Amino acid sequence: MPDIELERYELFEPPAYRFSHQAFDLDRRDFFKILGGGLVLLLALDTRATAQESGRGPAFRGDARPPELAAWLHIGEDGTITVFTGKTEMGQNIRTSLAQAVAEELHTPIQSIHLVMADTDLTPYDLGTFGSRTTPLMAPQMKKVGAAAREALIDLAAERWKVDRHSITLTGGLVKNNASDESIGFGELTHGQKLLKTVDAAAVTPPTEWKLEGTSAAKVNAIDIVTGAHGYTSDITRPGMLYGRVLRPPAFNAKLAIFDARDAAAMPDVAIVHDGDFVGVVAADEVALSKAIGEIHTEWDTQPQPSNKELFAYLKKHPVVQRAGEFAPGAPAIQGDIDHGLQTAAHTLDAVYNIAYIAHVPLEPRAAVAEWNDGKLTVWTGTQRPWGVQSELAAAFKIPESRVRVIVPDTGSAYGGKHTGDAAVEAARLALAVNKPVKLIWSREEEFTWAYFRPAGVIEIRSGVSSEGVITAWEFHNYNSGPSGIETPYEIANRSVRFHVTETPLRQGSYRGLAATANHFARESHMDDLAAAAAMDPLEFRLKNLKNLRLRAVLEAAAEKFGWANSKSESTRGFGLACGVEKGGYVASCAEISLVPAEYAGPEVTPPLPRVKVERVVTAFECGAIVNPEHLKNQIEGSVVMGLGGALFEAIEFANGRILNARLSKYRVPRFSDLPAIETVLVDRKDLPSAGAGETPIVGLAPAIGNAIFHATGTRIRSLPMTPRGFAQSL
Amino acid sequence: MELVVNQKHYRLLVDGDRRLLWVLRDELELTGTKYGCGEGQCGACTVLVEGTPIRSCLTRVSAVAGKQITTIEGLAQNGKLHPLQQAFIDADAMQCGYCTPGMILSSVGLLKKTPHPSDPEIHRALEGNICRCGTYPRIIQAVQMAAANAGAPHA
Repeated sequence: MPDIELERYELFEPPAYRFSHQAFDLDRRDFFKILGGGLVLLLALDTRATAQESGRGPAFRGDARPPELAAWLHIGEDGTITVFTGKTEMGQNIRTSLAQAVAEELHTPIQSIHLVMADTDLTPYDLGTFGSRTTPLMAPQMKKVGAAAREALIDLAAERWKVDRHSITLTGGLVKNNASDESIGFGELTHGQKLLKTVDAAAVTPPTEWKLEGTSAAKVNAIDIVTGAHGYTSDITRPGMLYGRVLRPPAFNAKLAIFDARDAAAMPDVAIVHDGDFVGVVAADEVALSKAIGEIHTEWDTQPQPSNKELFAYLKKHPVVQRAGEFAPGAPAIQGDIDHGLQTAAHTLDAVYNIAYIAHVPLEPRAAVAEWNDGKLTVWTGTQRPWGVQSELAAAFKIPESRVRVIVPDTGSAYGGKHTGDAAVEAARLALAVNKPVKLIWSREEEFTWAYFRPAGVIEIRSGVSSEGVITAWEFHNYNSGPSGIETPYEIANRSVRFHVTETPLRQGSYRGLAATANHFARESHMDDLAAAAAMDPLEFRLKNLKNLRLRAVLEAAAEKFGWANSKSESTRGFGLACGVEKGGYVASCAEISLVPAEYAGPEVTPPLPRVKVERVVTAFECGAIVNPEHLKNQIEGSVVMGLGGALFEAIEFANGRILNARLSKYRVPRFSDLPAIETVLVDRKDLPSAGAGETPIVGLAPAIGNAIFHATGTRIRSLPMTPRGFAQSL
Repeated sequence: MELVVNQKHYRLLVDGDRRLLWVLRDELELTGTKYGCGEGQCGACTVLVEGTPIRSCLTRVSAVAGKQITTIEGLAQNGKLHPLQQAFIDADAMQCGYCTPGMILSSVGLLKKTPHPSDPEIHRALEGNICRCGTYPRIIQAVQMAAANAGAPHA
């Protein structure tokens, strides 16, 4: 089993549908046939570090085919450089950062690098694009294959010019003979060649010598985005393509009892597909789809299910000791003696934190275009796991994976929400029925209902602190939300930290930062309460209990930029801070909030509550050597904006298997008016390997805001979201 | 029915009750206009009708027959990007880019009415457009850059 976080629940799910119904061979690739002549570099998988990226376990949505290649690169006879990676682009800008990595090694402009991404027929196998792994694990492979190509070009040039290879350098996209001052392009060297090399290692450029990496290269396909030319999955068109839609059950876990589609079937140019509990329609346009769905008569057996009102009690009451050998949360991390730590404390605290389910709300809803040709299935879909979806499709239709091709166009965001192939399987089932390409786009309501949510959770903390401000005891229990970021970074002699698996009323899975957001919210809120108990400044208290130098560095950097020393909270204005470490990234967040008097919101909203407005956020972040400063800042700013929603107002409401706020008019996400002043401090560590940055900047925001509310009002809010309907003093 | 999109005239045989969004995307293959919510809440489907931003997911196609419709594909002129398109690139004002066409067209509408908007005016004009990746600060910067670079209003 590769290193997969336990709370990626969606990867352990059984298939959504069990249908009764029932390429070219990838084992032996003819690279030159596909790519044309020139130079091909294959990077063989070598170490255990890359196995993490490429291995896969049998237990979850994915197969067990061992990969043997990590990346490949082709330099065509015209000098075109094409690099192949199984990673997916969904807004995190890795199409740009990976191109930077290759261009750095080949000493060529970034514009000359063409990246082919996430196509199961054309690119190397990849476990998936999640967990902030691309920068630490895939970028080094891109650099290796680029460096190997550089050396191969030098070999070719040395042979051509009959000179020692040490007198040859690459610069500005040209190969230069320093003895004669002669230069030629890559294409001239590779012309007429059919040279294939397999390498497993190559010396790459260290961060201290980077010229292109470490700079703010612009998004490579920005022009396609601003002109509307970029084709997302939902924009793909195929010859003869029709449109599909699924008739959804009225509630989760419903079973189809009565099905009568006679009226719909009589409509012209409409196909009805009924297979088990799956009911779908294919038609020529969206109006015909709606009419046909409306004409199908179904009745469903439903069962009573918990609502969000009893959610947290439900989680505590429904433990799962171990789930069919898949989840093994492991022994609690215990050190020292909790009881002793509590007995010796000057102050003890006991607190419970509740975390609601929230939705990813990617602006591009799940979508797929599916097409069958001679028993081979091709699906375009916006997923973070193309090979996982390939396996799901192969299993759903009982065909070998070699007959399924999944292509992932650069996707309209995902945030951990697009790991499964639901829309792909549905589109493929409909396409199979009509023997024509079918496009299926989930409605916003379907996206809010039939995807999976960030897990809800209950977190309990028992702690003690000495009168000098030393934490003497720390007992931490997380129910259901997940173990990511659960360990405290503070030095505590007596501690016990444990994750408990529970039943879940809703489908749940990965979300940006996983449970690190919930665990940091509880821990860092609690830290401020301990500081208050010890009558210490929150910054001073943290530093007193913290040895980790990288975390101390970001904490101090954020506090300095924010002006923490001069930030004195008053009744309607508060200042708070929080910090944490996760996935190799170190973050500290400082927030300033104000309490804004409520506007009259209508007769049914009484009494109107004041609103918490986040006025200013400073984030200091360190993730090793910085690859692209501007794109890193963009990710941090985006984490702050997205984090505001989960911190203050986002929550899924549900009852009896129905989502009650499955619309953007009912589920509020951050908008322009929510925007605080956002400042970032980038701590660049050229001496450390680069870590990913798309997730960890989000984890400190909610507790920093909660602490600011506490310092302004004296009220401690222990639930996410903190103020779904405004701020109530009596909470 | 006649539709005028990006100064091109189309004669279409379509149900007038269909929403403009799907006619643009599925009949005219102008897929730069995006579906995001279908209830006018996210702004991804924004197009200009006679220069004014509207939500094409709610607009019946019959209501805009014969009117000047501008989509993201029609903004660049003679191969030259519109100043707002260029400003979005320069300010790095996108991540996944799915909201970008709607953001740009809403911004075009704003600058037409208010050539030099304040930050609060930008907030108000774009409040109905969601960027889930959270690039709002950069979008504001892009609009300010385009406003600053523009010569005479309506240039």
